[in-house]
Amino acid sequence: MPERVKTVEVRCTVNGEERTLHAYPMARLLDVLREELRLTGTKEGCGEGECGACSVLVDGALVNSCLVPVLQVEGATIKTIEGVANAEQLHAVQEAFISCGGAQCGICTPGMVLAAVNLLERVPEPDAAAIRNGLAGNLCRCTGYMKIFEAVVRACQTNGEQA
Amino acid sequence: MRAYLPAYELKTPRDLNDALDMLAREPGVWRPFAGGTDLMVLFEAGKLAHQKFINIWNLPELRGSETTAAHVTLGALTTYTDVQAHDVLQSEFPLLCHAASETGGLAIQNRGTLGGNIANASPAADSPPAFLVYDAELELVSQSGARWLSYQDFHTGYKQMLMRPDELLRAIRLPRAMKGWRQYYRKVGTRRAQAISKVCFAGAANVEQGQVREIRLALGSVAPTVVRCLKTEEFLKGRQLDDATISAARAELMKEIAPIDDIRSTANYRLRVAANVLEEFLSQLRNGDDHSA
Amino acid sequence: MTDSLVGRPVPRKEGRRKVTGQSRYIDDMSFPEMLYGVTVRSPAPRGRIKHIAFTDDTIPWDEFTIVTAKDVPGANYVALILNDQPYLADEFVNHMEEAVVLLAHADKHLVEKARRSVVIEIEPLPAVFSLDDSVNRKEIIWGEDNVFKSFHVEKGNVDEVWAKADSIVEGEYRTGAQEQLYIENNGVIAVANMDEGVTVWGSMQCPYYVHKALLKLFNLPDDKVRVIQMETGGGFGGKEEYPSMIAGHAALLAWKAGKPVKIIYDRAEDMAATTKRHPSWTKHRTAVTRDGKLLGMEIDFVVDGGAYATLSAVVLSRGTIHAAGPYNCPNVRIKSRAVATNAPPHGAFRGFGAPQSIFALERHLNKVARAVGLTPEEFRRRNFIHEGDRTATGQVIREKVELDKLLDRAFELTDYHAKLERFAAENAASQKKKGIGFATFMHGAGFTGSGEKFLESVVGLEATAEGRVRVLAASTEIGQGTNTIFSQIAAEALGIDYELVEVSQPDTANVPNSGPTVASRTCMIVGKLVESAALGLKQTLLGRGLLAEKYSTEDFKRACAHYIEEHGALKTFSQYKAPPGIEWDDEKYQGDAYGAFAWAVYVAEVTFDPVTYETRVDDFVAVQEVGRVIHPVLAAGQIEGGVAQGIGYALYEQVVWQDGRMINNQMTNYIMPTAADIPPIRVFFEEQPYLYGPAGAKGIGELPMDGPAPAILNAIENAIGLSINHIPLLPESMLEEMEAAHA
Repeated sequence: MPERVKTVEVRCTVNGEERTLHAYPMARLLDVLREELRLTGTKEGCGEGECGACSVLVDGALVNSCLVPVLQVEGATIKTIEGVANAEQLHAVQEAFISCGGAQCGICTPGMVLAAVNLLERVPEPDAAAIRNGLAGNLCRCTGYMKIFEAVVRACQTNGEQA
Repeated sequence: MRAYLPAYELKTPRDLNDALDMLAREPGVWRPFAGGTDLMVLFEAGKLAHQKFINIWNLPELRGSETTAAHVTLGALTTYTDVQAHDVLQSEFPLLCHAASETGGLAIQNRGTLGGNIANASPAADSPPAFLVYDAELELVSQSGARWLSYQDFHTGYKQMLMRPDELLRAIRLPRAMKGWRQYYRKVGTRRAQAISKVCFAGAANVEQGQVREIRLALGSVAPTVVRCLKTEEFLKGRQLDDATISAARAELMKEIAPIDDIRSTANYRLRVAANVLEEFLSQLRNGDDHSA
Repeated sequence: MTDSLVGRPVPRKEGRRKVTGQSRYIDDMSFPEMLYGVTVRSPAPRGRIKHIAFTDDTIPWDEFTIVTAKDVPGANYVALILNDQPYLADEFVNHMEEAVVLLAHADKHLVEKARRSVVIEIEPLPAVFSLDDSVNRKEIIWGEDNVFKSFHVEKGNVDEVWAKADSIVEGEYRTGAQEQLYIENNGVIAVANMDEGVTVWGSMQCPYYVHKALLKLFNLPDDKVRVIQMETGGGFGGKEEYPSMIAGHAALLAWKAGKPVKIIYDRAEDMAATTKRHPSWTKHRTAVTRDGKLLGMEIDFVVDGGAYATLSAVVLSRGTIHAAGPYNCPNVRIKSRAVATNAPPHGAFRGFGAPQSIFALERHLNKVARAVGLTPEEFRRRNFIHEGDRTATGQVIREKVELDKLLDRAFELTDYHAKLERFAAENAASQKKKGIGFATFMHGAGFTGSGEKFLESVVGLEATAEGRVRVLAASTEIGQGTNTIFSQIAAEALGIDYELVEVSQPDTANVPNSGPTVASRTCMIVGKLVESAALGLKQTLLGRGLLAEKYSTEDFKRACAHYIEEHGALKTFSQYKAPPGIEWDDEKYQGDAYGAFAWAVYVAEVTFDPVTYETRVDDFVAVQEVGRVIHPVLAAGQIEGGVAQGIGYALYEQVVWQDGRMINNQMTNYIMPTAADIPPIRVFFEEQPYLYGPAGAKGIGELPMDGPAPAILNAIENAIGLSINHIPLLPESMLEEMEAAHA
């Protein structure tokens, strides 16, 4: 059998719950979320940080979970797509993705929703260029992006109305 | 994922001293691992030959920045996102901010670090042309102390650099000496975002009444390392920026660089575009267009 | 009764699951004792397999399930049209990345290490890598002449027109391969053993294609093979035929191992080993009169099919039929061929041959227009097809076609004429050059010719005692909105709430064969069957007196409950019948190629930057007539997505080949447009209800792939006066073109 290093324990908070993960130190956060925690909403599209389907928030920052070794999230707070809605209440971005047609095949959608949520946290009223730049690391092959842009704009409006 | 995951070791040191200790005790056995935006890509493709890494991501000694009257010093773990949020960098070092904003997408900018970008030594990296123009200096630390060296001397060949296996890149220092310089940056990538450079150009010049007093030109993706175009700079110094000068400068540059064909572009394209971009910069200098990065 | 559901943007059926990450794609599933399967592929483009070595002593090879061609229980070919493609190469390989050995193990890291430790030794044979070399028979690599299929379409007598013509215009046009690049890679899980037969779950467009292929591979009866579609992360044709291959591989491993086996490709494998759009060239020779009327068109259209026949014959067919476009030309000859090269087989991709031949035609017509001194607009207006005219295959257009009107609307929306003038005036003094261009085209919906007749598709509808209605169809939701529009169509026909209808998961054990999810047929053809089945169900209830002519959703629920109590299951089925008057001659390639066409005018506005040789699309307007629009948001989403793929096809997406292998098989190096690259895409529909479509709808999915590339290259010609006749047009080749023009 080829040689193996020891697995490690990593403590972090995932979607508000404290978790202890067990994995090889270089295991991708993506795989640990999907396989150990069964949080399969985070998707793999390219495995090289290019497509953004595996986007999650680590300490509030958008990252590609395929590029993060699990050892580096020791002590971190992680939010995945499963943690975006508040129980039954969808996030405004999620509502807008449904009503505007922002999700087609749905495989880029979790990452795209997280990127949009993160964008609105950083820039509550993004202009067209800010929306494009904020989502440029998340590839979508179905929509041509138009409906996704519309969804972000609509989510801002809803946020504005609620505020 | 194509790597054999169980073979890879990654250890988090207690602090910088512990990290340097690990590096010193077994020289060449351990290598630093920062934001992972380059190493993880190689790893997943099954192309990461080295298997033992020190996780330096969480070392506070390698983070943060310090601004004095003479310098801005940036920790090696400064991310591209940090760069764009830095007031002094925004006002005095626009080339670096511009480069940071065009590196990958947001998720890459949140993890990719300046130190990682330098140590990864890709000739297509976006920030190094800016470092060359800014005469950046690097601080290398080891158990035997710290030393500073000029970034310009750092890369000696493709993926070759003047860093010993027991050393870590701790900081990058930028002299605050760009007042009055006109600055220009242009990345020509495969698309508008999330792209690798095909040509990446940073330039700065001090021009008085149409005459070039000082000029610095740097290019990425046209040689085994990111390069400063010293011959073209020498040619331009003291000259009046007219059509003849610009045209001759193009020719100088095309003699000075020797790009290659690869999977992303062609040598011919890189050569032409490098010359075109230089021309655009020089024309803006001549016309006094306010195009600072 | 509810208000009309058709035309209303109801919420996507599975939308909530998708935005919350709850949708289950194949890689989200796992079985107890499951093994991970990998594929060891040919390292050479063509040759004889000499030896297979299992190297690396640290690998416990005895723990692995190893499958080669010798282990195939049934027939070692992927059943499709010609059945020439093996599941596993036995003696010979015909392209790089051809599957030779399969491995499975419970440790997915170890199995990957093992994959890289299998060494396949090949004794090389001469190979063919380009379309030209194949056509010129540099080496015969398939059959007697490298030709998988050829077609010949004749209308009028082309031979007589050349002498009469005022002008004869020739041109040659080329298109490159394109990767579908669905964001979810191919993947399946298989359970297979003697007792239960073979069951496969996977990402796919056509469960019954996979079903048919597995029957042959395992030599099993119908009921011993079951195929279930999981949520599918995009297809675009890339999951039309290929899933039969990967499903067979997983099933072969599972059969031998006696355990479930999962195979999920990574991006590099998916890009290098699976299908892409056929590269093509088209040669045009066109005769025109002085006043700009088309007299005759002679078209030679060739596509590169790769190493095996797979679907090339039907891709070629669609490309051939669309090659003469929406124009009224009395004399047409189209000769076409699909030829072999030693590359992985090219396959289905949105548009299916039509984007290639339409690119050629819409570029060529600009050249023809110039030759007779007309604008591209005026030349087309003089030749547009109208109701009562005949297409190249002699099909009489029976619907109202108003391409003039579509053109007017597109030009108004883009301010086309004013921009032509403004750009002409401003470009001289400006460093960056702006241009505007357009393409006019059509796309036939449904299988070509007698295809739908042979398919004999069936859809079922089943109601529960609670009055819930389930659509039973093998047509898959792959993002385009099948679940939603089927529910709308059924609810509309039944006069009940949209929420009461759901679409069953496509599972060959539970749903009838409604045919493949391809060819823009899901809405128009299968949707019509959904409508008929729904009307049948309603009729059943009306006929039994359980419903009155006017009824509410509550009445409907009660009626269902009554019916089921008295008669048992409430199910209706509907089978495809060709609309009256549709005739097709497969021998002569003459007749009604499609039940209906969608018609479109696309306009692109571009800026060319001479510093970087980059072209950016600044604005894009897509005007089309697609019959009745069932769901305006989904329909616009289809068009926008197709246009974005078309922009990629034109300007960004280049497959770099080396010895028949894609070497830029990473998303970093195969460049699809990001959110920062796509211009505003503005979509407009004209609606002419089609008598034989559900609520008047026609097909829509492939149409938007056809127009962008020629519209963009026409705009580039307008911007810089350079006529470029190949795609993809990356900045590097733009530079070459400019250097050649100035040489």
